[in-house]
Amino acid sequence: MWEIYALAILMIVGSIVAVQTRYLLSAVISLAVVGLALCVAFLYLQAPDCAITQIVVEVIALVILIRATGIEKDLSEIKGRREIFALVSVIIFIVVFAAFAFRALSLLPEFGSPVMKVAKEYIEKGLEQTGSANLVTSVLLDFRAYDTLGEATVLFTSILGAIVVLREIGRKHR
Amino acid sequence: MSPLKQKEKGMTNIVKIVAKFVSPPIVLFGIYMVLHGHLTPGGGFPGGVIVASAFILLILAFGREMASQKLKLSTASTLESIGALIFLSLALIGIAAGGWFFFNFLPKGEPLRILSAGFIPLANIGIGLKVSGGIFAVFVTLIMFRITTGKGGR
Repeated sequence: MWEIYALAILMIVGSIVAVQTRYLLSAVISLAVVGLALCVAFLYLQAPDCAITQIVVEVIALVILIRATGIEKDLSEIKGRREIFALVSVIIFIVVFAAFAFRALSLLPEFGSPVMKVAKEYIEKGLEQTGSANLVTSVLLDFRAYDTLGEATVLFTSILGAIVVLREIGRKHR
Repeated sequence: MSPLKQKEKGMTNIVKIVAKFVSPPIVLFGIYMVLHGHLTPGGGFPGGVIVASAFILLILAFGREMASQKLKLSTASTLESIGALIFLSLALIGIAAGGWFFFNFLPKGEPLRILSAGFIPLANIGIGLKVSGGIFAVFVTLIMFRITTGKGGR
């Protein structure tokens, strides 16, 4: 159990470094550390499907982000009184969020104890109803195929938008 | 020689030769992952991204000009559209076969065989085509934008 907490602390530290560092490249690298720790956490929680997707998408996103950023310094820095105001407001927000989250999380069932009846149904009857040995695929492509269609449409639309916005034809050449 | 010119010509010989040997097994592994999505962890989405990553590796090693001869941007977007159409038409065939949207119209078959689970392998193939084409097209578009504007290249 402590491994999960260690990975979570590593992820939080990585996120803080990614926000606070002055170099864009180190921000990208520490973001990759967060993704890698998330992948290991998925493996520890016995979700290899999520782990594979996480590591693969993480690597591609890392390559794209490294190509997108130079090695220049991040010049958009907040200093002086605005920095103090931002710090105070962030601390107030974290305290309020933690107070409400503590009350909400204490009502949740214990870690790892299944309470969802629908998921239980999937686990018991997934193989005989779909014939798929991988239960995750049987949920993704049979029980919840409509969600997958929506996800595929979102990906299609976003890629279409990227290609249309960044296309060469119609751009003004100076 | 400025770093930008070096990037256009690709990386050093070591990287080029290693990429040449490594990229076919990566494509094969991605195809394996797509085809065995209903048996082992993986599936259409990770498999498609792995196939796209092999072509991205070629682009990074050889530069854009060499790699775009292997797989053009228009081919990639055509693959993406074909994959999306495969997935959607599988859903619609379910209605035509007398069931509902996403009705599993093919026979279930014996579990743990590659020809089992009805239309799930076909849907995986469609999603794999779609994702690999899409991710590759986005990467090529981003790189072309960076080079043609001339800004940001250092």
